[in-house]
Order: sequence, then C-alpha cells, then structure tokens
Amino acid sequence: MTVGAWEAFWLIVRRELCLSFRRPEQLFQPLVFFLIVTTLFPLGLNLQLSLLRDMAPGVLWVAALLSSLLSLDSLFKSDADDGTLEQLALSGQGLVVIVTAKTCAHWLVTGAALVLISPLVAIALNIPSFAFAIMMASLTMGTLTLSWLGAIGAGLTIGLRRSNVLLSLIVLPLAMPLLIFGAGATDRAISQIGAAGALYFLAALCVFTCTLAPFAAGAALRITLE
Amino acid sequence: MSTVPNGLGVDKVHIWRGDRHVLKGVSLQVSPGELVHVSGANGTGKTTLLRVITGLLQPEQGTVTWCARAINRSRSEYQTRLAYLSHEPALKGDLTALENLRFSVGLKRRASLEELRETLKRTGVAQCADLPARVLSAGQRRRVAMARVLAMRASLWLLDEPFTNLDSAGAELMSQLLQAHVEEGGLAVVVAHQALQIEWPLRRLELTP
Repeated sequence: MTVGAWEAFWLIVRRELCLSFRRPEQLFQPLVFFLIVTTLFPLGLNLQLSLLRDMAPGVLWVAALLSSLLSLDSLFKSDADDGTLEQLALSGQGLVVIVTAKTCAHWLVTGAALVLISPLVAIALNIPSFAFAIMMASLTMGTLTLSWLGAIGAGLTIGLRRSNVLLSLIVLPLAMPLLIFGAGATDRAISQIGAAGALYFLAALCVFTCTLAPFAAGAALRITLE
Repeated sequence: MSTVPNGLGVDKVHIWRGDRHVLKGVSLQVSPGELVHVSGANGTGKTTLLRVITGLLQPEQGTVTWCARAINRSRSEYQTRLAYLSHEPALKGDLTALENLRFSVGLKRRASLEELRETLKRTGVAQCADLPARVLSAGQRRRVAMARVLAMRASLWLLDEPFTNLDSAGAELMSQLLQAHVEEGGLAVVVAHQALQIEWPLRRLELTP
C-alpha cells in the first residue's frame, strides 16, 4: 500500500520532532541565545526605561533573527552527513514534501518556541503588554519566513565547508525586509499607532515564501544531492 | 536504445567529474530474477553507477529506464520500487533501530511495528530493536540497514558493498537474502569487491579505470 503525501509529511514532522526532543541541548540553544542576548541589553546599557522601550523592537527582532539562524545550518546537514537525506530523497515522496515537512518541524521547535517565550523577553525590554499580540503575530510570520529562506540557503550549502558562514551571508540580506517591517510593526504597536500596514507586508512575505520556497529549496536540495 | 520490458535498463551512460571521465558509456540490463555483480578497482565509478541508477545523479549522456520508461518521467513511482543500501548505514543515532525503520520504511509503504520487528529478527538484530542506533556496532548497523531494504519490499535492490563490517555469519545471511530475493523474481545490482557466494546464475560487470 503506497503512502500519500500528507501521511509522509506527518511522518517526517514526527521524526524531526522526535529527533529534536532526543537532543534537548540543540533544542534549547537558540532559545537560550535569544533570552541571553535580549536580557544583556537592559543589563549592559544603563538606559532609561523610555529609551529601552524605544530600542526594544530592534533588539527583539535582531536577537530573534540571529537565534533562528543558529539552528538553520543543521536543517539538512546532519541528514546529509549520515546518509539519511539520500534515503529520504529516494522515498518516492518528492523533495517538496520532504523539504516542507522538515522546515515546518524546524519552525515548530525554533520559531514557534521563540514566539512563545517572546512575552518574557518583552517584559525585560519594557514593552507594554498591549503590544504583545502584534509583537507575537509579527514574530510568527517573520520566523516562518526566515525558516523558509533558511531552507533554501541550507539546501544550497549542505556540502560546503564553513557552510554556516555562507548560509548567514545568503539569508541575512534577504531577511532585512523582515527586520524592518517586523520591528516597525512592534514599534507602532508600542506607540499605539496602526501597525496593520507592516503586518500586511509581513503576511505577504510569509505567503510568498511559504508557497514558492518549497520548490526552490527542493530544487536546491536536488542540485546538492548530485 | 536498449530497454528491458519489466526491468532495469542502463544505456550508454557517461558521467564526468571535472576532467575525469568516470563512467564511459556503461550499459546494463537487469530482468526480473537477475542479479548483476558490479566490480572494479577503487575509483572506477561503481558507487557513481548505483547513484545514477537510483536517479540521484543525472547522467550527462545516456539513459536509465525502468519497465522501458525513462526514470525521469516517473521518478516517484520508480523510487518506490527500489531499495538502496549505501556505504553509510543511513541511520539516525538518536533513534532506535525500530524507529529508524518505521520512519524510513513508512515513507514507502505502511508497515506495522510487529512486521518491522520481525524483519529485524530476520537480519539477526531483534535484540537491538529498542536500542539507539548510536550504541550499535558497525556490523549491527549494517544489519539494521539491510532490514530496511527487506522491509521496503522493493523489487529492485541496489546494494553498495553490502558485506562491509559483517562477520562471516552476517555475510552468509546477506547472501541468503540476496538469493531469496532473486529467486522470488526480484532484481538486484550489487557492488562488491569480493565474489558473491550465491547459488544462482549471476552476471558480472567489471568497471575499468
């Protein structure tokens, strides 16, 4: 009995989550990095609370981008190193399904977890609670978009030495609109000005990458598997 | 172009690696119930040939056909019919042997845990089913990888050095499994340096530098 694409998708997601929870140090590394970087700012700079609030969106978003980037390198690399990526590619499921499942699982353990702990960081950065909803919505779309951009970069750099450096060079320039509009949305929410424009732009970027990046990442993977 | 109605056809395949001409017009036909033993010195392109047959590597010239159709035209369908054993055992160290089988075989066909345990028993590693793959010896990992090939129930086996790390009992078991597969009408392409100890007519393909 053959296996459908949805069934294969959930099986790969379960596999990835299972692997992540067996290696808690890898799971918590980006989250701890996010917490440490964001709490260093109020500790290291003797700022006034109002100044800290002004800087908070930028600090929050830069830390979120960098911590997401930390785990992107391992998206396909460990599977490529131990040969399981070849087995996945030969499963007959199509690389788009495989890439989509792996990227969704990656986002669940990094991006979604980061969004969930962001209110804690927001309190440390003196972001008012009424801005939390917009901040979390923008981070959700931003981290998901970043996971997809990272999947393309990770697919292209699997077999290279120092691939994490090259991956950062590929992904960070593409992530600049995320930073600008994500931090902008949070800033506007803090200032209680309408943040809808920035959120719409983030949503458009998110939809754009979620629909096209699986094909691009699948093609990147096919090239590097050869 | 040479194709095989119910089998695998490799027709004048050429592969270059930079300036090196690795595969020089290799042709091969495998019908149901046939085993082809590919041998040759190191660096003659044995693994490359297997990767071309899997479809992971596109030949610069030549074609690979399955049931007389180019594999590029029905890649997914073709890949569900093959099982590939590579140099690496392709197991995740943090997953148990059984979980490794469940997550890889499960992408090709629905198999119950009891069936997978039974397959591990057939390859002599039933006691390792619930152990993380990282604590297994190289030979045990090879047996788990072979269990994956068996559990996939694929008609085409592509095995790259299947005897590596196996003890004499393991090598004998591997030969028995190969023989049973071709006797049941399966196809196999096996890359191995040593002679295959199977009581079945097999064809040899010697790759030269």
